[in-house]
Amino acid sequence: MEPILETINLTKRFGGLVAVSDVSLKVETGEIKAIIGPNGAGKTTIFNAITGVDPPTAGEIRLKGRKINGLKPYEIASQGISRTFQNVELFDNMSVLENVMVGRHPRTFSGLLSALFHLPKSIAEEKAIRDDAMERLAFVGLSSSAQELASKLPFGQQRVLELARAWATDPKLLLLDEPAAGLNSHEATVLADLILKIREKGTTILLVEHDMELVMDISDKILVVNYGKKIAEDKPEEIQDNQEVIKAYLGEDFKER
Amino acid sequence: MGNSYAIESQEMSTSIILQLILSGVTIGSIYAMVALGFNIIYNSTSIINFAQGEFVMLGGMFMVSLVGPLNLPMWVAFPIAVLAVTLIGMAFERLCIHPLKMPSVLSLIIITIAGSILLKGGAMFAWGKETFSLPHFSTEKPILLLEATILPQTVWILGIIGMVVLLLALFFRFTIVGKAMRACAANRPAASLVGINVKRIVLLSFALSAAIGAIAGIIITPISLMDYERGAILGLKGFGAAVLGGLGNPMGAVVAGFLIGIVESLCAGLISSHYKDAVGLVVLLMVLFIKPSGLFGSAQVSKLKKF
Amino acid sequence: MLGLVALPMVMRNPYYLGIMVFMGIYSLISIGLSLLMGYAGQISLGHAAFFAIGAYTSGILTTKAHLSPLPAFLAAIVLTACIAFLIGIPTLRLKGHYLAMATLGFGQIVYVALNASVDFTGGPSGFGEIPRIALGNFVVESQLSRYCLVWALVIIVLLFSLNLIHSRVGRALRSIHSSELAANAMGVNTSKYKIQVFVLSAIYASIAGSLYAHFVTFISPGSFDLEFSILLVTMVVVGGMANVWGALLGTVLLTLLPEFLRGFKDYDILIYGSTLLLIMIFMPEGLFGLVKKLRTVHGKT
Repeated sequence: MEPILETINLTKRFGGLVAVSDVSLKVETGEIKAIIGPNGAGKTTIFNAITGVDPPTAGEIRLKGRKINGLKPYEIASQGISRTFQNVELFDNMSVLENVMVGRHPRTFSGLLSALFHLPKSIAEEKAIRDDAMERLAFVGLSSSAQELASKLPFGQQRVLELARAWATDPKLLLLDEPAAGLNSHEATVLADLILKIREKGTTILLVEHDMELVMDISDKILVVNYGKKIAEDKPEEIQDNQEVIKAYLGEDFKER
Repeated sequence: MGNSYAIESQEMSTSIILQLILSGVTIGSIYAMVALGFNIIYNSTSIINFAQGEFVMLGGMFMVSLVGPLNLPMWVAFPIAVLAVTLIGMAFERLCIHPLKMPSVLSLIIITIAGSILLKGGAMFAWGKETFSLPHFSTEKPILLLEATILPQTVWILGIIGMVVLLLALFFRFTIVGKAMRACAANRPAASLVGINVKRIVLLSFALSAAIGAIAGIIITPISLMDYERGAILGLKGFGAAVLGGLGNPMGAVVAGFLIGIVESLCAGLISSHYKDAVGLVVLLMVLFIKPSGLFGSAQVSKLKKF
Repeated sequence: MLGLVALPMVMRNPYYLGIMVFMGIYSLISIGLSLLMGYAGQISLGHAAFFAIGAYTSGILTTKAHLSPLPAFLAAIVLTACIAFLIGIPTLRLKGHYLAMATLGFGQIVYVALNASVDFTGGPSGFGEIPRIALGNFVVESQLSRYCLVWALVIIVLLFSLNLIHSRVGRALRSIHSSELAANAMGVNTSKYKIQVFVLSAIYASIAGSLYAHFVTFISPGSFDLEFSILLVTMVVVGGMANVWGALLGTVLLTLLPEFLRGFKDYDILIYGSTLLLIMIFMPEGLFGLVKKLRTVHGKT
């Protein structure tokens, strides 16, 4: 079967610095794949390239076989790639519910004119958006805070809300940028369960994460990058024993001992 | 200013062009000074101080009073006028900026505009609504330069601006306080962590840019006269120069100030003085549309300084 | 709202009604500006230009081309929308102070053009004899009829705007204000919506401009300068940006304030400046923010 996402020789340079170099990766439909690597290895850069925030210098990105580089971020989102952010980018001035409602944006249509005139079509769609968003909030367990301001949520719940918002776009592929960063172990477990549940609903997931326990628990495949290069790709249990990976994480010294 | 040079014949002689450029350089240097003032405050606070033009007006007005009614010699009046405006700049910061907690950029814009209304109103009470002149610093006899003439006052203006730019560069590079101000510009939280008193730096940046504004006002008044309403347009042009040069880039501001001055003067002389005030802005918009962070600005920096 | 309808029945003084008419004209613009600034988070320091384009198009078409006011009014809207669209595309790519400068520059360019193209606009001294609006045989001439017309339009524009705010597009606008990065990641075409709301707010200003031209019957560039653009922004910010009601509140305050200050003669400029300053220092969220705060405090006790 055709992979959902494929990058071919993805390269990103910032001036003289090569942040990502010739990374080719495939994400198969329905899998959870993790990208790991030491700080500064180029993981978030890969995400930014895929989502069009910072387009790649060279290489190709394909979503279900269709080339998507060169598209604007919002177009890529509409095509079916959604994401969360390392530093949580919620709409702070909006309620929890409204945040998820924005997530329905690429799957709904009412424009400026039908909004101005409050046309029946737009009223019906607005209700559908609200109902759908409420359902998703119930699914992730945030129904009770639906009317609260997003910025008022505890940090752990903000991460969950961001996940719900991204999932509300009905993505083919969901990119999660360090979803467990800043969470305690209980919160991380809750989040891991949620990620698994969202996968069961039919969403493919690619995540960047430092929390190895979480990565080993939920990923089907792990891709390891270091200095912008892919150094390994395998099942979690194999990765744990991969000499190349241990070297990247723990340094030369460790291996010699 | 520029429109006083009438074009006698249709052929554009080089001397006319040269003359127009010289007058453009004169007014441009004032824009450059105002833009420098914008930059100093912007760098340490991310605030655009819309009252910057009022400092220029106040500098000219104080000088007028000190030299006229009080009959002080120029060289005595100059530092007193600068000092007076510097104190006003500091008071402005203490009263308008200091009390704010976490203000939004928009409310800061309105606050500095309110401040400029107050300064303008105050000036109207102190000096009335007339237009004032000031004697030139030395003789008014024009100097012949190539095929054009140049007023000695223009030489004064360029000399003083050169000094100011040089002193500022030295100040920022070699003094502890100057270095601290640059640190604030680069990264405020980090500067505060290494023990720099950020609040005091903000006060200092207002003092410094008020002083520079005052100097600009003092040296331009003999040529372009001064009244209580003059600050707004100078502030507007200076802001334009600061943006054109790339906010946060003092050298860019100076270059852009001269550029706007010259373009305006050429337009006034060769096309029509009606459009003089628009042509600089047209150039500015063109540049922004092609390069959204100004001529010498960094896109990354403007992205970080979020609205 | 009810009070507004009842007001002219109590207040027959044409002078006060005249002030209310201007308040209505300004409200039309500030409601649009509140959508642009408060909701979408994009500043414009050049909205006087759209007010001017509306006024001059209506004025010129009715006096020089002898069109009747209604088609001229529609033509003004179309022209303003086109100009706002063309200016908006490059301008709204800019951020923060660069956007402020660009819109300010645009406003000044229009202002200079109005002054300079003497044949067309009458230059600095403007032109007069703009016909009044007539609905059949009824000419909108008395302050009361003007009052009714302008406030009817304000209510319509307000309803439109409230519809917009509580819609998918309104949410998209607010998401842009909060985080353009995240809005894009949610599939919101940020540039499209920014331009749409910019054009919409320009149309509101154009409507206000056309009304102004037909009410005052004489226009000159002086009414459309930078100071007016700044006054409009100030109305929105002082009232409270986060809300269209705030914009209305700010408009009411800043239209009435100079009238109260009339007795202070030349001191008005100082009092006006200090009032602005105090409001911004002590109520950074604007007047509406204060109202909201009082309400929650009250609700808790």
